[in-house]
Amino acid sequence: MIPASFDYVRPESVDEALEALTDAGEDAKIIAGGQSLMPLLRMRLAMPDTLIDLDRLDSLRDVRDDGDAIVIGALATHHRVLRDPLVRAHAPLLVRATAKVADPAVRHRGTFGGALAHADPASDLPAVAVALDAELLARSARGERRIPAADFFVDWMTSALEPDELLTGIRVPKPGEGWGVHYEKFHRTAQAWAIVGVACAVRRDDGRVGDARVALTNMGPVPVRCRAVEEALAGGAAIRDAAELAAEGTEPPSDLDGSAEYRTHLAAVLTARALAAAAAV
Amino acid sequence: MTEVGSPRLRSEDARLVTGRTRWTDNMTPAGTLHVAYLRSPIAHARITRVDTEPAKGRPGVVAVLSGADLADEQGSLPCAWVVTEDMRLPEHPPMAVDEVRYVGEPVACVVARDPYAAVDALEEIDVDYEPLPAVVDMEAALEEGADLVHEGLGTNSSYTWVFENGDVDAALRDAPVLIERRYVQQRLIPTAMEPRSVLCVPEGDEFTLYSSTQIPHILRLMLATVTGVPEHRLRVVAPDVGGGFGSKLQVYGEEVIALLLARRLGRPVKWTESRSEGNMTVHHGRDQIQRLTLAAERDGRLRGIKVELLADMGAYLMLVTPGIPLLGAFMYSGVYKMDAYSLTCTGVFTTKMPTDAYRGAGRPEATFAIERLMDELAAELDLDPVEVRRRNWIRHEEFPYDTVAGLTYDSGDYESATERALELFAYDKLRAEQADRRERRDPVQLGIGVSVFTEMCGLAPSRVLGSLSYGAGGWEHASVRVLPSGKVEVVTGTSPHGQGHETAWAQITADRLGVPFEDVRVLHGDTAVSHKGMDTYGSRSLAVGGVALYSACEKVVDKARKVAAHLLEASEQDLEFSGGRFSVRGVEQEGRTIQEVATAAFAAHDLPDGVEPSLDSDATFDPENFSFPHGTHLCAAEVDTETGMVRLRSYVALDDVGKVVNPVIVEGQVHGGLAQGIAQALFEEAVYDAEGNLTTTTMADYLIPTAADLPEFVTERTETPATTNPLGVKGVGEAGTIASTPAVVNAIVDALRPYGVRDVPMPCTPERVWRALRDESPPDLAEPGAGGGLGSAGGAR
Ligand SMILES: Cc1cc2nc3c(=O)[nH]c(=O)nc-3n(C[C@H](O)[C@H](O)[C@H](O)COP(=O)(O)OP(=O)(O)OC[C@H]3O[C@@H](n4cnc5c(N)ncnc54)[C@H](O)[C@@H]3O)c2cc1C
Repeated sequence: MIPASFDYVRPESVDEALEALTDAGEDAKIIAGGQSLMPLLRMRLAMPDTLIDLDRLDSLRDVRDDGDAIVIGALATHHRVLRDPLVRAHAPLLVRATAKVADPAVRHRGTFGGALAHADPASDLPAVAVALDAELLARSARGERRIPAADFFVDWMTSALEPDELLTGIRVPKPGEGWGVHYEKFHRTAQAWAIVGVACAVRRDDGRVGDARVALTNMGPVPVRCRAVEEALAGGAAIRDAAELAAEGTEPPSDLDGSAEYRTHLAAVLTARALAAAAAV
Repeated sequence: MTEVGSPRLRSEDARLVTGRTRWTDNMTPAGTLHVAYLRSPIAHARITRVDTEPAKGRPGVVAVLSGADLADEQGSLPCAWVVTEDMRLPEHPPMAVDEVRYVGEPVACVVARDPYAAVDALEEIDVDYEPLPAVVDMEAALEEGADLVHEGLGTNSSYTWVFENGDVDAALRDAPVLIERRYVQQRLIPTAMEPRSVLCVPEGDEFTLYSSTQIPHILRLMLATVTGVPEHRLRVVAPDVGGGFGSKLQVYGEEVIALLLARRLGRPVKWTESRSEGNMTVHHGRDQIQRLTLAAERDGRLRGIKVELLADMGAYLMLVTPGIPLLGAFMYSGVYKMDAYSLTCTGVFTTKMPTDAYRGAGRPEATFAIERLMDELAAELDLDPVEVRRRNWIRHEEFPYDTVAGLTYDSGDYESATERALELFAYDKLRAEQADRRERRDPVQLGIGVSVFTEMCGLAPSRVLGSLSYGAGGWEHASVRVLPSGKVEVVTGTSPHGQGHETAWAQITADRLGVPFEDVRVLHGDTAVSHKGMDTYGSRSLAVGGVALYSACEKVVDKARKVAAHLLEASEQDLEFSGGRFSVRGVEQEGRTIQEVATAAFAAHDLPDGVEPSLDSDATFDPENFSFPHGTHLCAAEVDTETGMVRLRSYVALDDVGKVVNPVIVEGQVHGGLAQGIAQALFEEAVYDAEGNLTTTTMADYLIPTAADLPEFVTERTETPATTNPLGVKGVGEAGTIASTPAVVNAIVDALRPYGVRDVPMPCTPERVWRALRDESPPDLAEPGAGGGLGSAGGAR
């Protein structure tokens, strides 16, 4: 398949990129690793006038320590995230989930920022960002702002980014001691997308689960934070009982991989498994 | 040294795997024009207007043509298998003229200087459609008053074909055990690695057409017939071809149109499909509904089987569309003895992509049916599934055996194959683990699937094909040219597209002629080089083409013997031929190598009277019977009863493919075949929604497994030589695909039998397994794209 024609810009700096975004207006599209955008271009489901390629913005590839958080550059590839010592030390849930994204070829090109900006509810990393209370750093010629992950995912394939905004990094708070994590991805083939995914982090208090953070992949148009499960656990509920509440407030899709009813069932089963696995650490 | 039987790595692989070769799309002669197709977005509609004018004005565009523009010259795509005298065979224009009947049917094409310009201009073609009802469901399509795919035919039935042997009604009437089932063979997309591609180069009034095809010879004849380009002015080349699985055993509209455009425009034209275009418009496979009744005695002995088939033809009959289910018709008795059999098959038109040959073609469906039923019978009688098979199969001393389905199996040894398979699988140990898990009510249950199969391959005896009204014969051709320097060129009429013929054919030749393997080159796939042949499909290349090569080599040796005897001044009877050298018996130092003889035969200075120069030879082979590979496959599956997820834990494939020329190639064919058969059981399905839209157009929706999704395969062989050809070979191209699908589904059902599950429809997705456990029917899952992923529409932000 062949994309429609477009203008191509490859800025050398973030400022140049912001300028290009402002100039190009609504019909521009940023391309990072291209792993999600290229298929859309080729199928002519996306037909931007201008493509702004971030490939030269090396400053956005790094991960840095920011005191009580780490900041992962938007252009850090999945491969980089998997190997980075800071990420491994402070965001092990992100490492677990990233290891389940696609295959090595895709992970070498695809970026963390791209995976979030794409806002595909079937993608694994948005739920992780939501579970970890990450903040997304957006910049435009107008200035910079921090968007909490819970507010970033607005609707199916729609993020809170304005057309002139660039995602520059993701700020992930350091969790502190005693957390166990797990990402449970349920999919039909190794390379397939999640039918349902569960991202969770739990802290054990006196041999039982106290604090928990749980978010679901592909249970609605945006990743879902499972507050009901978290509260039940905080209130002393057993994992199995708390997990029964996983699908509360979700609007799961029906598609070739599974009906909404089946996803609802899976959400509870998988949440119980994910919590048990995380708590065992 | 003997080459045959040695595990040589395939000599063609370096160039194939790196892609440094002549894939059709790699070739772009100077001045090539590129073609893009506008395809119907609607399953069924009348075309009321096609406006190509605006597209013609686009930059780089050379021509824009609708079906109407080509109506006078495009003819109708051929169907070579008229299975009954009254079969309804509708016209099938390469590009639709008045009506479209499936999503993806070509409506117009753009020819432009580059592929971008061609695709861009498609957007400027305006087509008005007047929608007609989609016909998606085969059973509904046969009801009184159903909407019609072809109004003029007055029915959606293409044909009904009947086979009967013995008195089935009597066998069923008072049978102590009757097993009645309805199985659905879902629609599959062949998914060859290399997409279709065609390039047609005109030179004056002659044409060379390169195509990613399995059938250069058949294609040439058919293109000549359809377009009127004389056969001798048309050369068809199948350069290196990256897989087919039956999907390139076809005469496609795009091939016809490439020839017409090259003729019209006088310039090379090329078209290469995209993956999603291919998913829609490469012919599909399977898509049958089987209604089955198996009758047996209380001790498990079979009385007979009754089969009622509906086979989805799709919108048109393509090259061998109607015959595919009938290739299975002869296999419903499997490896078993029984006295009565009947089959009724109705071919049904629907507004979907036509179906046609797909790896196994008819035989997987039949094997699935009988092997699933044997498991159901075992469950009904509370017998071990292996035991029920043992009580019914043809014992090794009973060959040759005339089956109730009308075939003569020449050889086989199901007992030995099964015994060895059970050993490798550790059958008893797994049964013990299964019992333990059942006892413990483990949420993850273990199931064991058995599949004892045979298949008919090596297509085919020409007389048999004739009796089935097939449009051609099934012989094969080979020639051997011993060059003046003693190097050897082998020309085969088979047309490899990934199977490794270049290696295997060189191994056979090296042994027969006593020349080094490296001195043999195998030529194929070009009608100017290989002037006759029947191409590659139906696991026929070795069992038919390999035998033709064997005979051609024998002819070379016979002639060389005459020349050598003359040179050595000895009588032919006194010559020995071994290791590539003729010598006089008893006087070993007196001799001539075959290369020396070749040089002498080339120089022709001193040939015996009546002997023509050169050692070249030609041979054809027309088998008197099919060949019948067989084997026993065992699969262990873990089924998660909470989620429905199936994980294959172990898989043993014990195959008997007769004599083996190259064990590495055989192993590769078995592995690939297993992957495809397992994929039918677990992953793949071409899904059309109620409006007739294909919802699995990308590989994010049409799931094919990778190595990560498959278990470690344990493969071994027994070797019962075929008795119907001098090489003793049978064919291995389809065995893995045929055997594995029922093995996997049997394993899943076996795991869930204590829960009352008797079947899970294919593909056995986690949701379907979960629903089977709840005894609910699966929901209609044909809604497109709602779940995100690559198939989703729209962009971010
Ligand atoms: C075969 C395959 C399998 C896959 N499987 C999975 C899977 O299992 N799980 C999973 O989660 N994902 C999967 N993916 C998707 C992939 O991991 C991510 O979508 C991808 O990495 C996104 O990052 P990218 O850099 O490639 O983004 P791109 O494709 O370049 O861009 C994606 C979108 O984000 C926007 N964007 C990118 N960067 C920025 C930025 N810095 N600021 C603002 N907007 C931006 C783009 O404009 C575009 O709209 C798969 C992809 C492929 C090709």
